[in-house]
Amino acid sequence: MRENIYLPYQMKIERVTYEAPGVKTFMLKFINEEDREKFEFKAGQFGEYSVYGVGESTFCIASSPTRKGYIECTFRQTGRVTNALSNCEEGSIIGFRGPYGNVFPIEEWKGKNLLFIAGGIALPPMRCVIWNCLDLRENFRDVTIIYGARSVKDLVYKHELKDWELRKDVKLITTVDPGGESPDWRGEIGFVPTIVEKTAPSAKDTIAIVCGPPVMIKFTFPVLAKLGFSDDNIYTTLENRMKCGFGKCGRCNVGKVYVCKDGPVFTLAQLKDLPDEY
Amino acid sequence: MDELKNKVRELLGSGTVKVFIGYTTGTAGTKRALFAEKPEDAEGLVFDSSCIQNLAVYVTKQEVKEKGMMGISATLPVMRSLVQLARENQVSDSGIKVIGITPESRLIDFGNLSEVEKYIHQFQLEIDQKNRDMLEKLDKMTVSERWQFWLKELEPCFKCYACRAACPMCYCHRCTVEYNQPQWIPVPSHASGNLQWHIMRAVHLVGRCIDCDACANACPLAIPFNLLNKRMIEDARKHFGGYQPVLSGDHLMSTFKPDDKENFIR
Amino acid sequence: MNIEKRFIRKDSLKKLFDALVAKNKVVYAPVTRNGKTSFRIVNDFSLISGDYIQTTQSSKEVTFPRTEKILDFEKNKDGIGVKPVDIQPVHESVIWGIRPCDAVGKGELGAIFNWDSKDEIFNARVAKTTLISFSCSRADEYCFCTSVGGNPGNTEGSDILLTLAGEGGDYLAEIITEKGGAVMAAAPELFEKDPGIEKDKYLASLPARFSHTEIRNKLDKFFESEEWARQSLRCIGCGACAYVCPTCACFDIQDESHGKSGSRVRCWDSCGFSLFTLHTSGHNPREVQSQRWRQRIMHKFSYMPERLSVYGCTGCGRCSRGCPVDMNLLEHLISIQEVTV
Repeated sequence: MRENIYLPYQMKIERVTYEAPGVKTFMLKFINEEDREKFEFKAGQFGEYSVYGVGESTFCIASSPTRKGYIECTFRQTGRVTNALSNCEEGSIIGFRGPYGNVFPIEEWKGKNLLFIAGGIALPPMRCVIWNCLDLRENFRDVTIIYGARSVKDLVYKHELKDWELRKDVKLITTVDPGGESPDWRGEIGFVPTIVEKTAPSAKDTIAIVCGPPVMIKFTFPVLAKLGFSDDNIYTTLENRMKCGFGKCGRCNVGKVYVCKDGPVFTLAQLKDLPDEY
Repeated sequence: MDELKNKVRELLGSGTVKVFIGYTTGTAGTKRALFAEKPEDAEGLVFDSSCIQNLAVYVTKQEVKEKGMMGISATLPVMRSLVQLARENQVSDSGIKVIGITPESRLIDFGNLSEVEKYIHQFQLEIDQKNRDMLEKLDKMTVSERWQFWLKELEPCFKCYACRAACPMCYCHRCTVEYNQPQWIPVPSHASGNLQWHIMRAVHLVGRCIDCDACANACPLAIPFNLLNKRMIEDARKHFGGYQPVLSGDHLMSTFKPDDKENFIR
Repeated sequence: MNIEKRFIRKDSLKKLFDALVAKNKVVYAPVTRNGKTSFRIVNDFSLISGDYIQTTQSSKEVTFPRTEKILDFEKNKDGIGVKPVDIQPVHESVIWGIRPCDAVGKGELGAIFNWDSKDEIFNARVAKTTLISFSCSRADEYCFCTSVGGNPGNTEGSDILLTLAGEGGDYLAEIITEKGGAVMAAAPELFEKDPGIEKDKYLASLPARFSHTEIRNKLDKFFESEEWARQSLRCIGCGACAYVCPTCACFDIQDESHGKSGSRVRCWDSCGFSLFTLHTSGHNPREVQSQRWRQRIMHKFSYMPERLSVYGCTGCGRCSRGCPVDMNLLEHLISIQEVTV
């Protein structure tokens, strides 16, 4: 436990990957060797990434905890800090505070089928838990990933999608919104909830992990309910306005819950208990 | 103020007005806003010289507007604010019915905002003697002394923005301080940042502030930053041909003239 | 530690104050300026206000300053040098003249800054702050400490509690903590034997106006009530209530830079501001003032008791006194208690 809880780790941007228009991935390495050795996190957790002089921004840790020595984050250029981050180059130094939040209960999922559903820029929080599970592949039965974006160029992690497609132990279905296909697109065409319904994965012994823009989530939950998924077996990760990350600044307080401490991972059952203020 | 109560009962009962904004007695004899929606709510209406909150601040509040046609009991400052708001397209006759209260506490049932405008022209906007003396005292200081004065006065300000919230003219959905690309005004409270905020606000109000003191009255720390606004009013009068807020017709800060010599720029 | 009772004569009070100043302690005491009484650093006993029921602002500024530096940074040829703020060199401070309701607030603030992770910047300040409180012989219509588990002579949170014992100007002094003991040890001749003062005789009488347990239970079912919109219609959405409150701790983290160097600071914020919960996407979970007003009440009277096991309110009444539009918290809570759900 660091004495000054507001003090970030110093990180060097090792690699910048352009994912999609306005979306980049940073691979970050701890500058201090002791920090690098000691740092640990679990899938689902997030951090506060900062550009000194500009501010801090909240994103999940998008790399898997099974891969040591570095972390990755993916963000879209939207506001003040993400714009400043976007201007950072390989070799730049940024700050990182974390890991914060609760975790995906992967231990509880062992022996079950896993269904990952993600949309657009929401694949990053899922990517962490997907790779975590794939690195422990023998613990799970069937693994299905359904991922969609507005158009082909908006799909993130295009390399990983290829990897997942080639794997025999993963069923990957990618889709783009109608009108978003390119001439050589061979995936599905349709909104993510529609494709989920079409794929009709079995709810028996299956955990569903859903992450996406509010409109996608809103229409996906009823589809899963229709397929027989219970609210306790559907997990999601909530986006919210956060600042401190450790339950003190008050920004992410929703009902009796602090999204930064009791979340961002919630089951649908837990979400339904929260007041509609997120 | 039985006449007012009867008037309001009538307006609400007939459905002419859906919500009437007036004053009522609050804690420890203080006065606060009352939103009367049913005729019987009018019973709570009061009026006396301690009713100084500028009620015009509520006519741009979404939750009040969406109730429908508004009515308001308007003292002179409130009337001035309403006329200025109308000029800035924030309120119109189709949205508000004004019941004026003269300095002698008589009621005037205004037919429309033009009548309110005509009425307020009877009164010059004068800054009171005590404040004029203070402005003179500040004028006599050197630039450096004045700067130190303001840094000292504004250091305790904790940026609660009560001044902004209470001002009828500060109706921007997103205030300049709420932009962070770029961050025009620093967020944290410290003397220089506080000074930036108050100066910026005074400048944004030039020609629009009608000297109602709602801002300084709202300040929990009784900081006299309204002196900045009063100075702006005096400057406008001195340098813009006797300009008086709301009485002088145009929008002072948007009156560009191509033949302006701009010889204040050195 | 058991509470020790002593007696301080009227003349000794100034001597005690002077002794603290002489020992290089930074003493905050209530000073009246422009009709408002607030805590300021004072060296001269004669500047201290005596005639106030409650100060305008709380004294939380001492342990939780409105702008607190977290770290400094400087861009140099190797990249960026980051220096965390030095937690240790904090001045020994004394807050003189706070009320029991404020002293209780210290505990509530402490709960926020210490649940799970510990804010050592805050804790360092608390460790070096001694609270010398004065009981209340008067209360006004804004006070309601007894409704939230406090009382005008409450010793909780104080290091020394002084109770004015009658017209003579002498005080009963209760030495509550070791810090209080240290103050006494520094000037033992000023702390005489207690002649058996009956403290309760000199305290304000303040009956409870509502039951906080009843409110807490009710709030669980009260979320969708129309009462919130009705209560908050006149609220103009400033941060005055949050900033004068001894237990409000919502904050923002901002970077301020000047050229190549700058600092990151933690500064006060309020859940009452419209942008508090605004997402960069433009989505705002609390778009209207009634939702924000509801959040204030729910957080203080329902969420905090649940998660942090402390109340978010000490009944000091400052929010109501400082509110430009008389959003009287006591009045609103009584109204909630009376509404049938």
